[in-house]
Amino acid sequence: MDKLSNRPLLEVKNLRVEFPTRRGTLVAVDDISFSIQPGEVLGVVGESGAGKSLTGAAIIGLLEPPGRVAGGEILLDGQRIDNLPYEKMRRIRGKEIGAVFQDPLTSLNPLYTVGRQLTETILTHLDMSESEARARAIGLLQDVGIPAPERRIDHYPHQFSGGMRQRVVIALALCANPRLIVADEPTTALDVSIQAQIITLIKRLCREHGTAVMLVTHDMGVIAETADRVAVMYAGRIAEIGPVRDVIQRAKHPYTEGLMGSIPKLGNAPARLAQIDGAMPRLTAIPKGCAFNPRCTKRFTPCTQLRPDPIPVGATDVACWLYDQTKKAAAE
Amino acid sequence: MVAFIIRRLLQAVLVMMAVGFVAFSLFAYVGDPVAIMLGQDFTEEARMRLVRDLGLDQPFFVQYFNFLVKAAQGEFGISYRLARPVSDLLMERLPATLELSLCAALLALLVGVPMGVYTGLNRDSFLSRLMLTVSLVGVSLPTFLIGILLILVFSVLLGWLPSFGRGTTVALGWWTTGFLTPTGLRALILPSITLALFQLTLIMRLVRSEMLEVLRTDYIKFARARGLSNRAINFGHALKNTLVPVITITGLQLGGIIAFAIVTETVFQWPGMGFLFIQSVSAADVPVMAAYLILIAFFFVLINLVVDLLYYAVDPRLRVDRGAAGGH
Amino acid sequence: MDAVRRFVDSDVFYSFRRSPIIIAAAIVTVLFFAGAVFAPLIAPQNPFDLRQLNLMDSSLPPAWLPDGLPQYPLGTDTQGRDVLSTILFGSRISLLVGVFSVVFAMILGISLGLLAGYVGGTVDAVIMRVADVQLSFPAILIALLIDGVARVVIPRELHHDIAIYVLILAIGFSGWVQYARTVRGSCMVEKSKEYVQAARVIGRHPIAIMLQHVLPNVLGPVLVIATIHLALAIITEATLSFLGVGVPPTEPSLGTLIRIGNNFLFSGEWWITVFPGLALVVMVLAVNLLGDWLRDALNPKLR
Repeated sequence: MDKLSNRPLLEVKNLRVEFPTRRGTLVAVDDISFSIQPGEVLGVVGESGAGKSLTGAAIIGLLEPPGRVAGGEILLDGQRIDNLPYEKMRRIRGKEIGAVFQDPLTSLNPLYTVGRQLTETILTHLDMSESEARARAIGLLQDVGIPAPERRIDHYPHQFSGGMRQRVVIALALCANPRLIVADEPTTALDVSIQAQIITLIKRLCREHGTAVMLVTHDMGVIAETADRVAVMYAGRIAEIGPVRDVIQRAKHPYTEGLMGSIPKLGNAPARLAQIDGAMPRLTAIPKGCAFNPRCTKRFTPCTQLRPDPIPVGATDVACWLYDQTKKAAAE
Repeated sequence: MVAFIIRRLLQAVLVMMAVGFVAFSLFAYVGDPVAIMLGQDFTEEARMRLVRDLGLDQPFFVQYFNFLVKAAQGEFGISYRLARPVSDLLMERLPATLELSLCAALLALLVGVPMGVYTGLNRDSFLSRLMLTVSLVGVSLPTFLIGILLILVFSVLLGWLPSFGRGTTVALGWWTTGFLTPTGLRALILPSITLALFQLTLIMRLVRSEMLEVLRTDYIKFARARGLSNRAINFGHALKNTLVPVITITGLQLGGIIAFAIVTETVFQWPGMGFLFIQSVSAADVPVMAAYLILIAFFFVLINLVVDLLYYAVDPRLRVDRGAAGGH
Repeated sequence: MDAVRRFVDSDVFYSFRRSPIIIAAAIVTVLFFAGAVFAPLIAPQNPFDLRQLNLMDSSLPPAWLPDGLPQYPLGTDTQGRDVLSTILFGSRISLLVGVFSVVFAMILGISLGLLAGYVGGTVDAVIMRVADVQLSFPAILIALLIDGVARVVIPRELHHDIAIYVLILAIGFSGWVQYARTVRGSCMVEKSKEYVQAARVIGRHPIAIMLQHVLPNVLGPVLVIATIHLALAIITEATLSFLGVGVPPTEPSLGTLIRIGNNFLFSGEWWITVFPGLALVVMVLAVNLLGDWLRDALNPKLR
């Protein structure tokens, strides 16, 4: 692993994603910044609607219209990729950045064998002959743990179980050995017993290939098991981002604390599961100031007026006024 | 595979028997064939003999069975109106209808499918919007009106093309064809366009909406995420998945062409089965109506069978048993 | 008042206001309905009152052509009937048959759909089989057949009087399948829900409860089907009348007018055919546009 190299693989700076509607523009992702180092697994966690999947879609350049990147930059190896023409971006997708979607049942074209889908992806990005591509496809299937790949390669998607299909999807994402994989809820649609296998597989493959992963999920357990760092999103913004151990064990943002409280821990079981009152605001009605303030138990004056920017606290960045010394002092 | 075909064949036979039942009920209970065939003056003895000859004194199911057996052999009795065997009448007119339907079907498919694909892929282009608007006009134009307008423009005003009949035909055995003479080909142009236009617009609109449906699916999104070229996505992945519903719809449309041939043939006085059928309906000529019904049903069942087999060729999910391939 | 405000604020009304073509289609449709209802009041002439006809004025071209007379804006036919008036009266018959056959198909389809969805089992299987078979035959053929049989069964004099009702039944019967399928689908979803089970316990008849819940759910789709079906029913009626098996010539619909005019196409009196044809196309097009728009507006996924 190459964590010492100082240039990040992916940098997202002040990204803003908007949806124009007839009742005005909805800001689904609002001014978020983060980076991913080569070989690193960044977990992105949040409730549905927090903007985490849209961030992933923006990175691979496949936001669905009318959604659009309205501001900020996305850099891969220091090169901007958010403003590339379609054809240039297409060559990056699959080659530099792979993707894994939520539902393996619908991600594969039912009318083609998995072999055909693998080889067409390989041939699109790599300079190979048909037979070399097929050999590579068999190797990939082997790699993702599909038994008897020489035989299975000629099977159609419906002949695989859900877990096996997600393995095929992962193989498809790995076709051209990308340096980053954006995995959007890769385990959500699977049985619990299969989820662990897929997580283990993703972890192993990243280690072996040195692939960085942006793992989008609403499941804190998956993050704890897989990620190096974690970004917690709330209402289109990053509430807290930092090393996974710090965020889970010493959560700083009140929202993260609440989120952690909702996972039952072994050992020191709390008297009751902490719960956050209320629900995440709709995009049409994001409150003034900190978006979390109506639900926050530690709210004080600035929270309802000004939006907090991320403040470094140790290895973590937290967007919360509690960590701003002057505001805090003024309030006391 | 074999089981699949056998199941479909059994269904086809059931449908044919049901249609046969309707046709037979028409035949046996609608109007009084004996009175019609005897005319004004007859003796009681002649009436009894005719009743016996027609088998009308036998129980219902025996009559139905006899009717089916005869129908299977192509015997449908004598036309009340023309006093000739119905099978001869239909056979004479079959080639005209089939040649017209074939031309119309080819026209509708070869123009309708590409237009549907184009408008599906370029949904916001000016040309697509234009085609879509024009197609709505097409769907709103009744077939007979298209025929009348074409006749008005190309026959009456311009005098370029004939407005009725098949032109000169050539006999190949019992089959008469209009494909081999210049007048025969010229006579085909207006009726074929008339018959094709409505189906063409329908096929175009349906292919377009299926295309849009497929382009929204996850596997197309995933194909984009894999960086495949637009060409591979649109024509490799999307078009093939569009095929399955399009085949069904097209099958139904072909049936529609045979039915609307009735209208086209009436407008152009085309000597086909549809024209014969309309004349029979007006004259309450039941044997011809019944026979036409059975023949049309036969074509429909045949088309449906071909459609099912095409499905089978396109969709692997039907071909391979899920369980046999092994699971986890 | 609240309902009105909610409607004006709704997405459907919003997309309506945004599209000038749809507004135009709605206006044309309303005009046709108004013209049909008030034909006896607004038509310049009653084309079926022989005393009002003047054979001297027969076969006159439209008013803007040489020989045209201003009191016959669209010309006259060979009987001296004002073409504009025949169109107004013809639309009346066309819309009458269209609307009533749609209503008949709707009632039949919704009832059979509810029955199939609620009872299930053999009843469902039989109804849906029949629907499948019928769907594989074009509506026009079925209508033609029913009409043909009626022609044979019913005595000639009587048939003349009830031809319109036969036509309505024939066209209606050929179109019930889509309503039935939609309602059945929704019905099966609702049936499995708990409130239907609960209804048994509290003693309300489950069918009453389901009607109350299924009908609002299918209102949108049924409205869309009905609009598109109306266009199709008008075309089917016109086609049957054109073929000479529809309404009797004494009460001509637009299709009958076109059929009659078609005989004079070659002698140059094109206006007798073309204007009723144009009226038919504009009417059907307007209804089709409304149906198309309604389908998209009620189904935001498709946009």
